[in-house]
Amino acid sequence: MIELNEIQKRILREVADLHKVSVGAFNIRSDGQSLGRTSTANIEIVPKDAGSGLDIYIKPGTKNESVHIPVVLTKSGYTEVVYNDFHIGEGADVVIVAGCGIDNCGNLDSRHDGIHRFYVGKGAKVKYVEKHYGSGDGKGKRILNPETEVYMEEDSQAELEMVQIKGVDDTVRTTKAELGANASLVVRERLMTHGEQKAVSKYVIDLNGEGSSADVVSRSVARDDSYQKFDAVINGNTACSGHTECDAIIMDRGRILAVPGLEANSVDAALVHEAAIGKIAGDQIIKLMTLGLTESEAEEQIINGFLK
Amino acid sequence: MLRLENISFEVKDEESKEIIHDISLTVPDDKLVVITGPNGGGKSTLAKLIAGIEKPTSGKIFLDDEDITDLSITERAKRGIGFAFQQPVRFKGIQVFDLIQLAKGEKISIGDACAYLSAVGLCARDYINREVNASLSGGELKRIEIATVLAKASRLSIFDEPEAGIDLWSFQNLIEVFEGMRKNIHGSSIMIISHQERILNIADDIIVLKDGSLAAHGSRDEILPTLMGTSSAVMECKMVNSVLGGGEQ
Ligand SMILES: Nc1ncnc2c1ncn2[C@@H]1O[C@H](COP(=O)(O)OP(=O)(O)OP(=O)(O)O)[C@@H](O)[C@H]1O
Ligand SMILES: [Mg+2]
Repeated sequence: MIELNEIQKRILREVADLHKVSVGAFNIRSDGQSLGRTSTANIEIVPKDAGSGLDIYIKPGTKNESVHIPVVLTKSGYTEVVYNDFHIGEGADVVIVAGCGIDNCGNLDSRHDGIHRFYVGKGAKVKYVEKHYGSGDGKGKRILNPETEVYMEEDSQAELEMVQIKGVDDTVRTTKAELGANASLVVRERLMTHGEQKAVSKYVIDLNGEGSSADVVSRSVARDDSYQKFDAVINGNTACSGHTECDAIIMDRGRILAVPGLEANSVDAALVHEAAIGKIAGDQIIKLMTLGLTESEAEEQIINGFLK
Repeated sequence: MLRLENISFEVKDEESKEIIHDISLTVPDDKLVVITGPNGGGKSTLAKLIAGIEKPTSGKIFLDDEDITDLSITERAKRGIGFAFQQPVRFKGIQVFDLIQLAKGEKISIGDACAYLSAVGLCARDYINREVNASLSGGELKRIEIATVLAKASRLSIFDEPEAGIDLWSFQNLIEVFEGMRKNIHGSSIMIISHQERILNIADDIIVLKDGSLAAHGSRDEILPTLMGTSSAVMECKMVNSVLGGGEQ
């Protein structure tokens, strides 16, 4: 049985919905150390040299299994770069839950740069859930720079759900994907920034295979003096379809920049970008006030729903 | 009981324009009152003044003898005013269940929420987890709006054109909902803004608003015969004019 302290437990709850240690394949990393690791008959987790990350091998045809690889940082000033590579065999159907929580009570910056590479085999299906969370009241920043790369073979499907709602001061998230024939990629991003936080979210998606499709939807809220940039590039190199959407609420003095980037390199590429940025609609607040909520309760409900 | 005392409301665009002129009226407890009148007559504006969404330029509003003129929308809602909008609002991400629970003001079960949806003729199971977003049809949204006001259980429930966008088959069901509410309103009252004869038919009292003024106010038996056979707004307007001796609109 793995011993976890209260901070570790709290962060794990936030990022991995893990109350206890789970039964599927998992690896828990805390301040650079592996606190526990389990492989299953179909999923093998192999550490890379010197704690620099993991190779995760999922056998072809593996169904209904999950991998949890949460990361916790609790030491102020701790900085790490971690490479995790997922090799998802043909026809597998799995859920991967990653997440990183930083608790920084000190005055030095803590930083985790996680580079996740997915090699999705023919006809395989993966759902990837990533949650980021920061806490602690030290002056040191909590910095997360996740990089996600997805290489998709024919007929594969990937769904990425990426959530960062609280406490991360600075983030540059980069997502790259290359899609083969009939591969489909769905990305759902939820982002909220407070205070002086900055978040940049970049996508570069290459639709290389005929019939491939990508759908990227970002919903975000920028409060206080925070700043966000959504920069989504889709290159349609063949008969394919791509859609990016930035749907954002600004509050207080928050600022958001949405940069569309669609490049059609084939006459059969169909690409769409949508962006809507604005404050909460006044009539939404009024409606909830007529149900008895105060103005700030109404705003809270509207944002909670929006980011759900 | 709701009482309006000399309510006037003016908007200032380039020039100021009075939309509501000196309206005084009482909506007693245990009554269903229907407000009707031509388009642009000021019905929705009056409802917004009562709910606190607009503030009167002059005059006073009382709920059970308490002066609520200066109270916010929230405070009026807490004192028991409910309002179903003529054009309901959509919310991305908020589910039908969430909205009904917010309206009720306490934790409710799925079963409780379903009961309100069924009351407005929606097959609850199909809707409870739907988002109150652009994917709902106009009629569905309208019924959910009505369900939130049912759930809120107010001292005064105001419905602004509840029939708009509701299909013929469901309309009868809606009438039954209001009749049911009417039977159980002990100590509270219902105000429905409507152009529909079948809704006028279930009223205790009828108020006719025209050009921002109270054109008529009385029991159904008094007012309804003067409005009969006036299904279109233009006809209705003409009838009101001729009955009340007003000029052409
Ligand atoms: N904020 C505003 N600024 C200017 N004019 C307004 C404003 N609000 C309402 N009005 C005008 O006041 C009049 C009354 O509008 P209101 O919406 O109350 O009418 P109504 O009786 O509800 O009509 P309908 O039957 O079409 O719903 C209309 O002429 C409308 O254009
Ligand atoms: Mg109206």
